[in-house]
Amino acid sequence: MIKDTVKQALQDLFPDPEPVVEEPVVETAEEDEADGDKKKPAKKKEKPRLNGVLERDHAEHGYDIDVQLEPGELLAAVMILDKAGFFIESITGVDWIKEKQLEVVYDFSRYDFDVCRVVIRTRTPRSEPSVPTISKIYSGANWHERETHDFFGIKFEGHPHLIPLLLPEDADFHPLLKDFKP
Amino acid sequence: MSGPIHIRSDETFTLNVGPQHPATHGVLRVKMEMDGEYIVKAETVLGYIHRMHELMGENRTYPQVLPNLSRLDYLGALGYTHGHVLAVERAAGIEVPERAEYIRAITVELNRIASHLFWFGAFVMDLGGFTPLMYAIEDREHILDLLEAVTGSRLTYCYYRFGGLYNDVDDDFIAATKAVIPRLRKSLKKYDALVTGNIIFEKRLKDIGPISAEMCRKYGATGPVARGSGIDFDVRKNEPYSVYPEFDFDVPVYHECDSLARYKVRMDEMEQSLRIIEQGIEKLPDGPIMPKKKPKLIKPPKGDYYQAVETARGSFGIRIVSDGTKNAYRFKLRSPTYSNMHMFDEACVGMMIMDALAMMGSLDLVIPEIDR
Repeated sequence: MIKDTVKQALQDLFPDPEPVVEEPVVETAEEDEADGDKKKPAKKKEKPRLNGVLERDHAEHGYDIDVQLEPGELLAAVMILDKAGFFIESITGVDWIKEKQLEVVYDFSRYDFDVCRVVIRTRTPRSEPSVPTISKIYSGANWHERETHDFFGIKFEGHPHLIPLLLPEDADFHPLLKDFKP
Repeated sequence: MSGPIHIRSDETFTLNVGPQHPATHGVLRVKMEMDGEYIVKAETVLGYIHRMHELMGENRTYPQVLPNLSRLDYLGALGYTHGHVLAVERAAGIEVPERAEYIRAITVELNRIASHLFWFGAFVMDLGGFTPLMYAIEDREHILDLLEAVTGSRLTYCYYRFGGLYNDVDDDFIAATKAVIPRLRKSLKKYDALVTGNIIFEKRLKDIGPISAEMCRKYGATGPVARGSGIDFDVRKNEPYSVYPEFDFDVPVYHECDSLARYKVRMDEMEQSLRIIEQGIEKLPDGPIMPKKKPKLIKPPKGDYYQAVETARGSFGIRIVSDGTKNAYRFKLRSPTYSNMHMFDEACVGMMIMDALAMMGSLDLVIPEIDR
């Protein structure tokens, strides 16, 4: 099963998934929570998700493996999928305005009958959103990244041609940001 | 200006194809750098009919955004609305009665044939043959009449509902669909005799516009484009949804990777869709078309949901990020032609412009669906 091998390979990106106490990742997560709590009422909010690999039920979510990682580990994860023969499905963003973060979501799937959709997420600060480009690995990421840059203003470091694709060529607004006013 | 004009032999010039050009079938612009008749570099410019359906999906409730989905692809609209209802049903956990799913499958396949028929006519017209378009439109008209009778519209359908359908099909529809199947079978044979073996047609397409399987993977190409490159990938088979596992049908795959292979895939697909419709009508169960228990207000629980469906153009995906309210927090549409068209920039380098436009036709572009 490709699912297990890919899951194992992606798991290796995270040095030690079990003891989460002294991981630096956890500290940032706690900061986010503190930020969120200031704004929101005292209602108990669920904790922000930690980086790592999760297995999802395909029937419920539509994908099998859900990975959240730091932008720095993105290229390594995408290379694992490239080697395993995945094709790129789409790239998009989600604006988590309450957590002051932008999430970039990458979908990968397979052409064979071993159904396995892998979702990679990475978060970047809202004030200066930037993630490395994967268009050097998957040429098809070029347009998807340009579109995400149009809609969210996320800068894809190293992208060869990061100009508006769907929006007008002089557009200086990002319509899918939650604080966008037309 | 006086004096002779000197043109260096290694000089290139820029050619603007579009935004209004008959070969692009919509408002699509390709900036081509030409060396004589040969393309040195191409850059596709999109966005001329960008309407920001994704923002509309966030600002409206789930039922309100349903009509938007059929505005993406005006030739195969039912496939896209099918994707949306399936995505919301997955997110909100709504059960669909079996009869409704069967009728959905039948109507989607009818729509797929209508879309392929129109593509067939327009594609041959791109190559200089006008007559097949007239035949194809006549056949398509019969399908549109059928769909109009049950859905109430001819192009931009809004027939599916979360949990079922807007109205049930009657005996007239069943009888008329049964009658249209042999008619289409006859027509497909006629098209085959009229077009496929034609020597001019073959010379224009054979070994022209190669797209390798590896290139498909890097760009995420799906649908008939990938199947013409030897990739056996059909969401209906690979990631089954709805009642497709109940049907016995084949996925046509050709390994030539050229424009002719993509043409053949679509022609064979129509026959397979006819088989699905036949079986669907035979197996069509009795029962309700809407579930008994259905939430009045659709509020999917918090989470991130993805649904892929096979439309006439390839794998169409919807991502719904729900925050538990009646509007989607994020509504992402992954359109198949967007990825397929992206390959054009790389694939057409070194080709003659007439061959490149033939290849563009073989990608089956619907521009509103690329621009969204």
